[in-house]
Amino acid sequence: VTRTHASQAEYLGTVELRIPAKAEWVAVARLAVSAAANRLAFSFEDIEDIKLALTEACANCCRHDGASSEDAVDITFEVRADALCIKVRDHVRHAQAQESKVPLASQLRDGRTESVGLAVIQALMDTVEHRVDAHVGTELVMIKHVQV
Amino acid sequence: LDIKVQVHGQAGQPHVVELTGEIDVYTSPKVKDVITELIDSGHYNLVINLEKVRYIDSTGLGVLIGGLKRVREHGGSVNLVCTNPQIRKIFDITGLVKIFGIFDDEAAASKAMM
Repeated sequence: VTRTHASQAEYLGTVELRIPAKAEWVAVARLAVSAAANRLAFSFEDIEDIKLALTEACANCCRHDGASSEDAVDITFEVRADALCIKVRDHVRHAQAQESKVPLASQLRDGRTESVGLAVIQALMDTVEHRVDAHVGTELVMIKHVQV
Repeated sequence: LDIKVQVHGQAGQPHVVELTGEIDVYTSPKVKDVITELIDSGHYNLVINLEKVRYIDSTGLGVLIGGLKRVREHGGSVNLVCTNPQIRKIFDITGLVKIFGIFDDEAAASKAMM
């Protein structure tokens, strides 16, 4: 496992999970991240934010054009005493969702939920990195810090 | 993990869609089907009660706003019942607080449409 979080805080462990890129499996990822986050001193609200952010990330993987029943989503939780770092990766070749200045409500009305999902993640998590490689897939890394 | 959808209504009153559970990319098609069926049956004023919803993601929001778009074409509206701060947060983030009427109970949500 390549550790992605640069914090010097105590490293507690890494959880790796692979789910099919199908809507019915997203709840499994949500349950798993809830269990991992509960091991840290997060508030109830922070844990709910983390669950929603991961759900949005997984939903985006399932919604990509070109995603097939064979595709999988790889999820890694890197747990440190002061933060939870989550990496979500799919292997679907697709174009990057266009960033838009159109209000999120209007994007939702037009059915553009992928870019809205990313905006929600950015609002809920402390750090978000989103990389799209049209030939390899998408990787999203997001970190939530424990409030002291 | 599922969503339970109950519909109740009286003549001359907005129909109420009461949702229980989690609304995400998996369960939201079921919610969409119920809302679409109501609109196709001529019910253009709807109250959607989210009080027993533990969780909603952007797919679920898309279903709600899609319903609102359709009823507005017929001069109708959708009001929401929601007091859970975690649920309201996603309406704040996406700006949907300015699009939907959000109320603390069904009576207030229905009255606002009359």
